[in-house]
Amino acid sequence: MKKILLGLVLLATLIGSQFVAAAADLEVNTPAISAIKNSMQARHTQLGAFYASGAIGLTKDGLIAVKDANAVPLAQRGALTGLVKDENADRSRLYKEIAVANGHPEWQAEIQSTFAGRWIDKAQSGWWVQGAGGWTQK
Amino acid sequence: MKNWMLGLALVCVIPACVTINIYFPAAAAEKAADKIIDDVWQLKNGAGKPAVNKEELAAPSAQ
Repeated sequence: MKKILLGLVLLATLIGSQFVAAAADLEVNTPAISAIKNSMQARHTQLGAFYASGAIGLTKDGLIAVKDANAVPLAQRGALTGLVKDENADRSRLYKEIAVANGHPEWQAEIQSTFAGRWIDKAQSGWWVQGAGGWTQK
Repeated sequence: MKNWMLGLALVCVIPACVTINIYFPAAAAEKAADKIIDDVWQLKNGAGKPAVNKEELAAPSAQ
């Protein structure tokens, strides 16, 4: 009986510690995630001005979108569309890679909606963000 | 004998409960998101950019 109890306590401790470890932090330091991050960081030097002018904004689903193409000279609009497309591809891959790196691919949608809120919270004042009622300026 | 069986039953049941309880770690996800956004938008080392610009400005005048 004592042995069984001891075994149970040991098992509970083992499972408990794994559970706590899993809940404490998400793994975000994989090569795939770092590569996406670097690519997004480099692109942000180009996107920064477009956020500020209101040409693009942060969507409520954790991506970006062209909000006002007229804020950009005609000649730059093609480049802007390409930037937005590349950024959204990177963002979607980022959410997926974080879910996969943590052994729960099914978390992708929840990770994406978590990021959506954090991007908007951290957006600089003057940038456009999408809420339930449409675009608003921070 | 009964106790032994109870123990075995518990051993089988406890992992099942834990499996059901693996929920989405919202707080950890927010923390991870903040870290990544700070990196991508360079929010935590904002002093870096002006310093580089100053060096770039100073370099031509020195030559």
